[in-house]
Amino acid sequence: MSAGGFPQAAATALRDTQLRHNLRVATHTIRAKRDHVVSELDDWEQLREAGRRIKAHTMRHLDVHLETLERTVTQAGGTVHWAPDAAAANRIVTGLVRATGAEQVVKVKSLTTDEIGLSDALRAAGVAALETDLAELINQLAGDSPSHILVPAIHRNRAEIRALFRRELPGTEELTDDPAALAEAARRFLRPQFLSARVAISGANFAVAQTGTVCVVESEGNGRMCTTLPQTLITVMGIEKVLPRFADLEVMLQLLPRSSTAERMNPYTSLWTGVTPGDGPQEFHLVLLDAGRTNALGDEVGRQALHCIRCSACLNVCPVYERTGGHAYDSTYPGPIGAILTPQLAGLTQATTLPWASSLCGACYDACPVKIDIPTVLVHLRGRITREVHGRDARGERAAMRALGAVLGSRRRYELAQRAARVGSWPLTRGGRIERRLPGPMAGWTAVRDLPAPPEQTFRQWWRARGDRP
Amino acid sequence: MRIALFITCVTDTLFPEAGRATVQVLERLGHTVVFPEEQTCCGQIHGNSGYEDDALALLRRFVAVFGAEDCDAVVAPSGSCVAMVRHHYLRLAEASGDRELLEAVVALAPRVFELSEFLVGELGVEDLGAAYPHRVTYHPSCHGLRMLRVGDAPLRLLRKVRGIDLVALPEAESCCGFGGTFAVKNPDTSAAMLTDKLRAILDTGAEVCTALDCSCLLHIGGGLSRQRAGVRTVHLAEILASVPA
Repeated sequence: MSAGGFPQAAATALRDTQLRHNLRVATHTIRAKRDHVVSELDDWEQLREAGRRIKAHTMRHLDVHLETLERTVTQAGGTVHWAPDAAAANRIVTGLVRATGAEQVVKVKSLTTDEIGLSDALRAAGVAALETDLAELINQLAGDSPSHILVPAIHRNRAEIRALFRRELPGTEELTDDPAALAEAARRFLRPQFLSARVAISGANFAVAQTGTVCVVESEGNGRMCTTLPQTLITVMGIEKVLPRFADLEVMLQLLPRSSTAERMNPYTSLWTGVTPGDGPQEFHLVLLDAGRTNALGDEVGRQALHCIRCSACLNVCPVYERTGGHAYDSTYPGPIGAILTPQLAGLTQATTLPWASSLCGACYDACPVKIDIPTVLVHLRGRITREVHGRDARGERAAMRALGAVLGSRRRYELAQRAARVGSWPLTRGGRIERRLPGPMAGWTAVRDLPAPPEQTFRQWWRARGDRP
Repeated sequence: MRIALFITCVTDTLFPEAGRATVQVLERLGHTVVFPEEQTCCGQIHGNSGYEDDALALLRRFVAVFGAEDCDAVVAPSGSCVAMVRHHYLRLAEASGDRELLEAVVALAPRVFELSEFLVGELGVEDLGAAYPHRVTYHPSCHGLRMLRVGDAPLRLLRKVRGIDLVALPEAESCCGFGGTFAVKNPDTSAAMLTDKLRAILDTGAEVCTALDCSCLLHIGGGLSRQRAGVRTVHLAEILASVPA
């Protein structure tokens, strides 16, 4: 992350008026739609609780479920690879692609492969990777990174996309900014790629240990093309995505589309189990990625971040994300979930400002379909970073917090401090208010806000003066 | 009922009028209010900033002060300080490994209430005989809304106030951007959130913005004052304590 971390990246993003407008429209639209489809179900809260329990149970016995998954996938004709970190996963996938002799691959559901930087690794090995999810394609053509889990190009509006397509896609001179026309232009560009690709690389939403079935949900059908047309399919999946039983999908496939795209059911749900002779890919590889996940599992409070099903409802309701967008988080996983997932996956030292990128308003917790208590994990990670990482950097803050704690720890010191505050603020006060810009930690506050001056009489002084009541 | 007042450090130090109004409202209903003078702060600043040891020390102090008080309930004019006690205290006490402390928290926390939820939910009162002839909009502060689930208790109380012109706040449930140290550590993002909140308030044409928390009102009021917006912030308790002229 850049030196100034989230606060500075956010300050830059906040000045982008086009971004602010796009985000406001997009998040408010999806929020209203989600509220509507969620309110249709009387048992939404029970579903959320069922989702939470499935995930909590899975995490408790993750080793067992993963070994079962390995066995069932292998029995169905697939090959399972274990990748302890990003480098290992990239090495495995690059080796598999090279072995096929393919120089180009099609990709879909690329969140996890973005996390490990797979496209760069493939490029270094001489393999071109084409993103086929429309929004991922837009980002790839623009040389841009995703800014939302579900709507990776949420920061772009259709006029910007038209300009991009006209520049990058052949035969689009007459293209309008009608969404259907934009989708059609992408379809014409992608269709021959699907038909000629020999290798596809996908992510996964779920994998069922009981049956060895992998599941991808999507809206466009491009994922279905990727998972069915090429000869070889390589799926890279975080180990936390495993589900114990096929019946668990019943809960998850109700929770996910309503929370993500605000649909009752997503248009395409692809399920495949190993390989089927004469139908679909004849070679299937499942790469199980750790990359920090078992570390997160070791944190009793933080581990619930692994319950995430990547719906992005928390981004859409977050007042911080709504204004800064995803790039300010400088992570594959932005928004509230990113603020608790990134420090745990990449390491606390890699994301020291993210757990503070929240006002702890709690909207994310209410929206989460598997009831991840994001505010509590944020506070917990603040504590861990303060204790384990900050060290010398935060000596000033630590000293200030200690001093404040000492003041608040004694009635005498507290009352003295109240008196000192009144006397100390007197030179700054005008009409009962402090209207000047103050230096130091209060600079940001006083740049756009006044402060009330401490009044003549504190509450406790009034109470004492009142004496015994009738 | 004998009620111990948990005034909160922000109200005590910066907004004593909200504390006085809380006392008036409760006494007018015939209850006895006591103020344990050893109280200081619940430790929310430390707890939310990751300084759990310091927060734990203040938790111990709170439990000692209010646990020793002979009272039927502890009431505070703040949603977020009560949320600290009812929710985060359990987590902090559990993590401390101190069983006695945890038992004390488990015994005390359910008796701690935010003022509006106490009036409507515990006392079953909505009409306090108040009169407040002003155009008012209500901002539901986040912790009262999502942690305490006070629901429409504040609005039920406000609707019974004589002469009030109560107007709905657009996008009411959006955070104002305060978030304690959030406003200090992420001042730009906080300011962007505040700007939208102020615009929503100004769009209502209200003369007064009210809420359950002095801290949110400190933030919103600070912005309104800087903009010379001509709208003032008033704690809910002050409206409920206003008597007909």
